[in-house]
Amino acid sequence: MLKQIEGSHAMAEAIALCRPEVICAYPITPQTHIVEGVGELVKTGELENCEFINVESEFAALSVAIGASAAGARAYTATASQGLLFMAEAVYNAAGLGLPIVMTLGNRAIGAPINIWNDHSDAMSMRDAGWIQLFAETNQEAVDLHILAFRLAEELSMPVMVCVDGFILTHAFERVDVPDQAQVDAFLPPYDPVQVLDPENPASIGAMVGPEAFTEVRFLAHYKQQQALRLIPAFSQDFAKIFGRAAGGLLRPYRIEDAETIVVAMGSVCGTIKDVVDEMRDDGVKIGAVCIVSYRPFPVEELRQILSSAKDVVVVEKSIAVGVGGPLADNIDGALRNLDKPPKLHSAIAGLGGRPIMRASLRRLFQMAVESPWEGAHFLDLNEHVVGREIHRVRKTRRSGSTAENILRQLAMASELPPG
Amino acid sequence: MTEANTLPPDEAPQKLKYYQKGTFTVGNRLVSEDERAVQASQDRSNALTSGHRACQGCGEALGARYAIDAAMRATGADLIAVNATGCLEVFTTPYPETSWQLPWLHSLFGNAAAVATGVAAAMRVKKKNTRVVAQGGDGGTTDIGFQCLSGMFERNDDVLYICYDNEGYMNTGVQRSSATPPTARTATTPAMGPEPGNVFGTGKFVPKIAVAHNIPYVATATVADLHDLEHKVIKAMSIHGARYIQISVPCPLGWGAASCDTIKLARLAVECGLYPIFEAEHGRVTHARKIRRQVPVREYLKLQKRFAHLFRDGVDDPRILHLQAICDAHIAEYGLLSEDDELSGVPNGA
Ligand SMILES: Cc1ncc(C[n+]2csc(CCOP(=O)(O)OP(=O)(O)O)c2C)c(N)n1
Ligand code: SF4
Repeated sequence: MLKQIEGSHAMAEAIALCRPEVICAYPITPQTHIVEGVGELVKTGELENCEFINVESEFAALSVAIGASAAGARAYTATASQGLLFMAEAVYNAAGLGLPIVMTLGNRAIGAPINIWNDHSDAMSMRDAGWIQLFAETNQEAVDLHILAFRLAEELSMPVMVCVDGFILTHAFERVDVPDQAQVDAFLPPYDPVQVLDPENPASIGAMVGPEAFTEVRFLAHYKQQQALRLIPAFSQDFAKIFGRAAGGLLRPYRIEDAETIVVAMGSVCGTIKDVVDEMRDDGVKIGAVCIVSYRPFPVEELRQILSSAKDVVVVEKSIAVGVGGPLADNIDGALRNLDKPPKLHSAIAGLGGRPIMRASLRRLFQMAVESPWEGAHFLDLNEHVVGREIHRVRKTRRSGSTAENILRQLAMASELPPG
Repeated sequence: MTEANTLPPDEAPQKLKYYQKGTFTVGNRLVSEDERAVQASQDRSNALTSGHRACQGCGEALGARYAIDAAMRATGADLIAVNATGCLEVFTTPYPETSWQLPWLHSLFGNAAAVATGVAAAMRVKKKNTRVVAQGGDGGTTDIGFQCLSGMFERNDDVLYICYDNEGYMNTGVQRSSATPPTARTATTPAMGPEPGNVFGTGKFVPKIAVAHNIPYVATATVADLHDLEHKVIKAMSIHGARYIQISVPCPLGWGAASCDTIKLARLAVECGLYPIFEAEHGRVTHARKIRRQVPVREYLKLQKRFAHLFRDGVDDPRILHLQAICDAHIAEYGLLSEDDELSGVPNGA
């Protein structure tokens, strides 16, 4: 049904339609409205046969989901940022145990300095844990990806994280088509665990594994994610048949025919990027975009196919692997390795800690890629003045204080100065 | 169970008193079948089979086998166990071997209580009566897993949590935990400096903190009194909600004691007053295990290398008196000394 609805509530409704049996999450902005939403549906009885467990931390939240999932119940949790780091040990554990838990990640920066706004640092911190990571561009996609996530998780017996940009999606009121129960039931069969704690057929789950088997276990985890590269497109097609619209897929190309410059990004910024691509196309620039939906598994083959014909690839991403550059750019670099004539890669870090990514800035960036390409990571809209002042200050004196505070002070001073 | 009491009424067995040594010992053979220990039965579940890799004389292995078998009996083997990281997990399940004869899950060091909550929640939605036990060492319980444990208590989740208290992190090579007694030598509280061993004034006695959560049932037990241990586990399984049993399980390796002294040490810990054995229900202490004859704490300490520095050069360290004072305080607090060894109600003194 079409609704004008807050993203979080649309997701909560979609999650409820997937009939989770145990929900356990701990509040953190910007994820809160999602768990409040499902909590309400459980409390009112709209979501039947579901236990909503209130816990004392994110570590416990995912641990409860682990226990529930291993005991044969469909389990769901949600978190963001500091919460994800607080549950980090259990994140790896859920993947290692092969438990098909679905988690929503309301993407948010990680402190310090503490910052509640959106970027992708949290998702990146867990990118190698063994979870499938799907990124939503719109709230419609956020809704659809959750439904896909349960199917995928249970088919592969592997946890899936649905990443949604904090505030930009979670708190936005948009028109969303929230499916009905019959559609979801047609797409998502009941949870049939591949391993389960059952007194009738006792098994030990989570035994200690030594050097003689650990490599094989990790290989198989990797192998399973490779299977997902096949399953995600297949399930997306199934989805389209039942729901009448595409969902998921590994990635989405946009106006890449004859494109010499291709922009790659994930999440909600893809919308803005497409607008800029449209504008530049109107001006005759041969530019296109690729929006990655499945970050883990990483669609190496598909990216190679699409990007190999481009001259320049611009990666715009909302996170920074400090000391290296952009993690997504790094992955794309890896994917393009060994191509006969690989495109030149330009990496841009944008939107950290909620910094708005403006159309004009993107346009300047893409223009730069066409005209005077750069090496290394470019920080979009970096205030070079305050950064320069801070570097100078640090060089001058050891006791220069907190970087963030110094920068804010400089900004305040700058705003007091007369314009010009 | 069969009714084995075929003696004529006047020759019916007297009410049992379980003394652990000397002429007072009552062998299982002389006891009517329904009073026999779970372990005395040939058709016990054998939840933890032999062949695991615990050290000789490991109190934890013994405690776990008795506790889980008792829980199996109480639940008709409709039971799931969740295990924290630690010796018990490591010595029972080196892949591809497992010693567990019941569904068993290990996740992490600090989350056994929360994982068990999840299992219990799954059983509720699945409308199954399967019961849940969580278990871990004192480190996994009193330190790193304490937050999850407190959360589980506070929500009154239907889980029996069993802490096997060997008073240290044994799996990682005998480091101090918050359950390590003062003065004890561990790898992180070495017997060096002016006050060798673990310091006074730190640590926590989780059974008391569990009582403060007002959960339905809390008990301490010891591998020296296996009948009492079984009784408490069976009782705990007859109750729903959050329950906590902490079992004193000496560790020959970590304590520097002879493998054959495990039971003796467990008994001495109780009889000197260092390890009070009691039960509490809904926030009130209801019973305490009386001591017939208080043993000086010195007798207990002497048998263990972790306290050897207290007896250096044949001179008693004055801190032994400090430990003795702790024992005496427990005895007063729980009313442990009495002529009669029957379990008896004590005022809510704890
Ligand atoms: C988060 C984390 N920190 C540390 C460890 C290492 N570690 C494993 S078992 C253990 C100590 C276990 O002690 P305890 O819970 O008392 O059980 P015991 O081995 O004494 O039976 C430690 C420190 C770990 N596995 N995970
Ligand atoms: S170190 Fe201690 S607890 Fe661990 S197996 Fe050996 S005796 Fe048992």
